[in-house]
Amino acid sequence: MTLSVVYAILFYAATLLLVVGVVRKIIIYARTPAPLKIPVTPAPTTKAGVVWRMTKEVTVFQSLFKANKWTWLFGWMFHVALAFVLFRHLRYFQEPVWAIVALIQPIGQYAGFAMLAGLTGLWARRFLVDRVRYITSLSDHLMLALLVAIGLSGLAIKYLAHTDIVALKTWVLGLMYFDLQPLPSDIFVLLHLGLVIILMVIFPISKLLHVPGLFFMPTRNQVDNPREVRHTAGWTAK
Amino acid sequence: MTAKFDTPELFKNIEIIDTPKYEVDSMAHSSPYPAKAQHNEKLGFPGELVDNWEEKAVTRLGELVDGSRALRTFLDSCVKCGACTDKCHYYLGTKDPKNMPVARQDLLRSIYRRYYTFAGKYFPRLVGARDMDKSVLDEWYSYFHQCSQCRRCSVFCPYGIDTAEISMAARDIMDTVGHGQKYCNEILGKLQTIGNNLGLPEKALINTLEDLEEEVEEDTGVAVKYPVDVKGADVLLVVPSADFFAEPHIDGLIGYGKVFHQAGISWTLSSYASEAANFSMFIGSGDNLKKVAQRIRDAAEELGVKRIIVGECGHAWRVAYSFWNTLVGPFDFLDPNYPAPQHIVEFTYDLIQRGALNLDKEANDHRRITFHDSCNVARASRMGNIPGGQFILPRALITASANHFFDMSPETIHENTFCCGGGGGLLTDDLMEIRIKGAMPRMQALKQVVDEHDVNAMVAICAICKAQFSKALPAYQFPMDMITSLHQVVGDAIQLGTKD
Repeated sequence: MTLSVVYAILFYAATLLLVVGVVRKIIIYARTPAPLKIPVTPAPTTKAGVVWRMTKEVTVFQSLFKANKWTWLFGWMFHVALAFVLFRHLRYFQEPVWAIVALIQPIGQYAGFAMLAGLTGLWARRFLVDRVRYITSLSDHLMLALLVAIGLSGLAIKYLAHTDIVALKTWVLGLMYFDLQPLPSDIFVLLHLGLVIILMVIFPISKLLHVPGLFFMPTRNQVDNPREVRHTAGWTAK
Repeated sequence: MTAKFDTPELFKNIEIIDTPKYEVDSMAHSSPYPAKAQHNEKLGFPGELVDNWEEKAVTRLGELVDGSRALRTFLDSCVKCGACTDKCHYYLGTKDPKNMPVARQDLLRSIYRRYYTFAGKYFPRLVGARDMDKSVLDEWYSYFHQCSQCRRCSVFCPYGIDTAEISMAARDIMDTVGHGQKYCNEILGKLQTIGNNLGLPEKALINTLEDLEEEVEEDTGVAVKYPVDVKGADVLLVVPSADFFAEPHIDGLIGYGKVFHQAGISWTLSSYASEAANFSMFIGSGDNLKKVAQRIRDAAEELGVKRIIVGECGHAWRVAYSFWNTLVGPFDFLDPNYPAPQHIVEFTYDLIQRGALNLDKEANDHRRITFHDSCNVARASRMGNIPGGQFILPRALITASANHFFDMSPETIHENTFCCGGGGGLLTDDLMEIRIKGAMPRMQALKQVVDEHDVNAMVAICAICKAQFSKALPAYQFPMDMITSLHQVVGDAIQLGTKD
């Protein structure tokens, strides 16, 4: 039960740091002015066009596809697989489980492997492509190591050393309703949860800020209409 | 500083530019002449490197980040995916890894991280953060003057991170602590005191244009006018001052005059605002950007014109199209039936659409033409009313004026265009090595159309591109006069006297 309490406290703290940290950054991004019109052209001339441009960037990584097919392949595979994996994990946070979550359960399991394959490809590039090796710092390796370790420990719980998944879910639901339950003390469970806690904590202070940052970049989210609509903000509004 | 160097070799029969293996610090020796105290002071910067410049530089960085959503998100979000690493013409031409866009950004990001992020404050080694010191400043001065702010990297970045913004910020910081670049700052000083980059005074300008009128009348037998300071003209034309004297720029100016002449639209140049260029953008200085733009607005109001049209100049068109309305707008004193400002290419295109110009394509039959998309036009502005009009309209002018047109390889044109190598404040002799090496990808693409289609003219719509190619073409064994102004091609096709 001590273990359960420790992990519970860590999870609450990590959630707080993640939410506060990311919300804080989003507020900072939103409040920082964009004084000039700097969309990279050709750019859409309407707001709807910008939504479509951003949708393509966020869902199919359009620009990355244009830039480098290998990076796109591994990067996109990782992100899509991660989305499935996260969605699948919703089942541990709800009772009853939504039909859609139950439906993608099989895909979500294979997605774990796809996620690792994508990460492996991305990591390999950091060693094999001289230019990418040059720009890689220690934190870039550690980030990949963390994500790979999360993936491996997760798959280990499923395929290597089964845990009492019902008990685990009871613990998670207990966290959500502030009614603490015992945590199965299998090594891979503790490892998996511990690594996820680390990921949550470093999210708002690392390059993972690309997730909120992406939506705020004036080069992509501005409408190309400087002659038609007078834009002012920050020092250009003074 | 401009010691001997080898011009990169062009490859035979390849369609895509080879990505070289990097050679560390191969361009570390490249650095422009620093500005003299008087050049810096004229623009409101300290004359020399100030005391505590390290602290002041860091403070200025903080101010810039607080004032620019772009800079802030760019510095936070890069994941080092490497998508940009093979996209910069300077990297491809020099092999110096610090010319990879992400590495160039990291020169500044490392300082941002050290002073403004949790990770960099407490774990600097882990995230590549470093203290601001003289070696950093020297590195900035070298490599932020190896960036032409052409935005090609941002096209390929999954988030749209634009190295141009980062290099502008770095130059702003260096100016703020008194370490400016001679070329940009000296020219901006001339512009603000005399009215143009050349320092060409009013009287000399008027003489030049009178000579031009005589020359054109001798050539064509038609009295085409090149008016200055004509109050009540319909159009104020603002051109880069290189158009008044340099080759092939001046042939473009001749062409503008022929277009106005045949269209029968009254126009004028201004001796007060005799410069479209605004190098303030290159040094990231908002104050100067606005001041220089204001001159043009003032001239337009003073002359009482109905429209403002901008000549063939890439960064000037970016400033005019994207920034003028913000900085010195609204232009409510102009005729609302026309966009303000308008590009000369838009103007000529409309006239052609209306059948207002008689063009004889055969007049250009000796030319086999390709078109170089200038970076600031391609990736930082627009022409016409649809996205990508900046690619369509200039080509439409060429094909309306000439029979032989061939585009270069698709990965080197439109928004993928390679910079000429001389943009962004690098068009100075003390940076000749980086300029020539940076021109390599464009020269490579040109070689292909020369080999395949016997192309003998490369048309451009940017004063910097034209001046840069006059140097780069001979370095790569092409004839210097291949570089041609768009309105020279149009002007040569106009059948003067047929609409009078």
